[in-house]
Amino acid sequence: MTEADRSTSLVNLAKVNKHFGALHVLRDIDLDVTRGEVVVVIGPSGGGKSTLCRVINRLETIDSGSITFDGQSLAVEGRALAKLRSEVGMVFQQFNLFAHKTILENVTLGPVKVRKIARDQAERRGMELLERVGIASQAAKYPAQLSGGQQQRVAIARALAMDPKMILFDEPTSALDPEMVQEVLDVMISLARDGMTMLVVTHEMGFARRAANRVVFMSDGQIIEQAAPDEFFTNPGTDRARDFLSKILTH
Amino acid sequence: MSALIEELPVILGAFWLTVRLTLATAVAALVLGTVLAAMRVSPLGVLRNVAGAYVNALRNTPLTLVIVFCGLGLGLVLDVSFSESLSVNYLWLSIIGLSLYTAAFVCEAIRSGINTVPIGQAEAARALGLTFTQNLRHIVLPQAFRAVIAPLGSVLIALIKNTTIAAAIGVAEASLTMKSLFERHQEAVVPIFLGFALGFLVLTLPVGLLFGWLAKRLAVAR
Repeated sequence: MTEADRSTSLVNLAKVNKHFGALHVLRDIDLDVTRGEVVVVIGPSGGGKSTLCRVINRLETIDSGSITFDGQSLAVEGRALAKLRSEVGMVFQQFNLFAHKTILENVTLGPVKVRKIARDQAERRGMELLERVGIASQAAKYPAQLSGGQQQRVAIARALAMDPKMILFDEPTSALDPEMVQEVLDVMISLARDGMTMLVVTHEMGFARRAANRVVFMSDGQIIEQAAPDEFFTNPGTDRARDFLSKILTH
Repeated sequence: MSALIEELPVILGAFWLTVRLTLATAVAALVLGTVLAAMRVSPLGVLRNVAGAYVNALRNTPLTLVIVFCGLGLGLVLDVSFSESLSVNYLWLSIIGLSLYTAAFVCEAIRSGINTVPIGQAEAARALGLTFTQNLRHIVLPQAFRAVIAPLGSVLIALIKNTTIAAAIGVAEASLTMKSLFERHQEAVVPIFLGFALGFLVLTLPVGLLFGWLAKRLAVAR
């Protein structure tokens, strides 16, 4: 990645609004993520964080506003949308590994079916990625045979297998037993160090401090403030952010 | 008993026709039912409505009506013909009727299977960039099928028994053959009936056992 790339915008949301029935879940969201940047989105439950994550690859539609990815406006449907999604990795709270496929098949399905890469080549690359997340020895097993932390690391490998321009993380550690959180965060931190563009919805303040370039604080469907992690955690600019931090950081 | 033994080749021939009717219909109904189920979950409202109307119409029409329509309506009046031989033609027409009818039940079984697949599975596939058809083919339907193997076994058992309705348009499967054997051996109607009933048990019981075993074996662990 050249320096010029680094400073350019990869995702841009402008005046994005979204309702779930009467609930106004995203209110006039403006957000820009540049290449190589790690943006952590935090805030109280029900504040629209996950929805923000999901509108970027259009798992949720928006009511108004615009989203551009890599300079192009988000396709509405069909092959163009599928292509966009293939360039944006996604890691879910519930892992969502394909339950009827082995770990290796989970990692090779996208490259083989979407990217049309030869199976043996996809498998070689898949094994490399499983090696990287520390699951290579489990390649022949099925998802239900793995622990939550292992499944989530496979899910990250599955996203990486598509060589995405960006990965969205939707509360990746929230469904994990406490002792498994760190193994997943370690993989995410190493990705961040390698320059992957990431948007991470999380409650893990430690991860935000260590790996984020920017923290975005969301509440009631709005971006209340955004700042570098040090500044945000030590000197939040709004009462609402201060209130939120006091609730989660005092214990 | 002697009547049964004497007519054994006839009886076996009749059951062989029952088996062929069942197999041909099962394949056609599985294909058509799967297509209908895919239509019922498609993003296009038109497809959903067409498939929904089809299922409602066929599932709520007596099979005898469907078969008689295929035999007499299609065969005699509209002159749909697959073969010079009348009996072969009626066999095909009855396969069509049975398939159209059974597909509605296959569709509903598969659709209930699709509902058992967690939404996250399809979302993860979409997030990878799979198209709607790829998603159905590689992720949703394989899991849906595994969830409904046992109900599909019930559909197949019902189908085996339903093939007897092809008798209504003169297809010489087991029940029509039983009727003609009754006429030939009036002294032995009870053994003949028991023989045919046993013949159906021999077909249906293993199907139930096999599908129950398959359902356990192929279940998706979550």
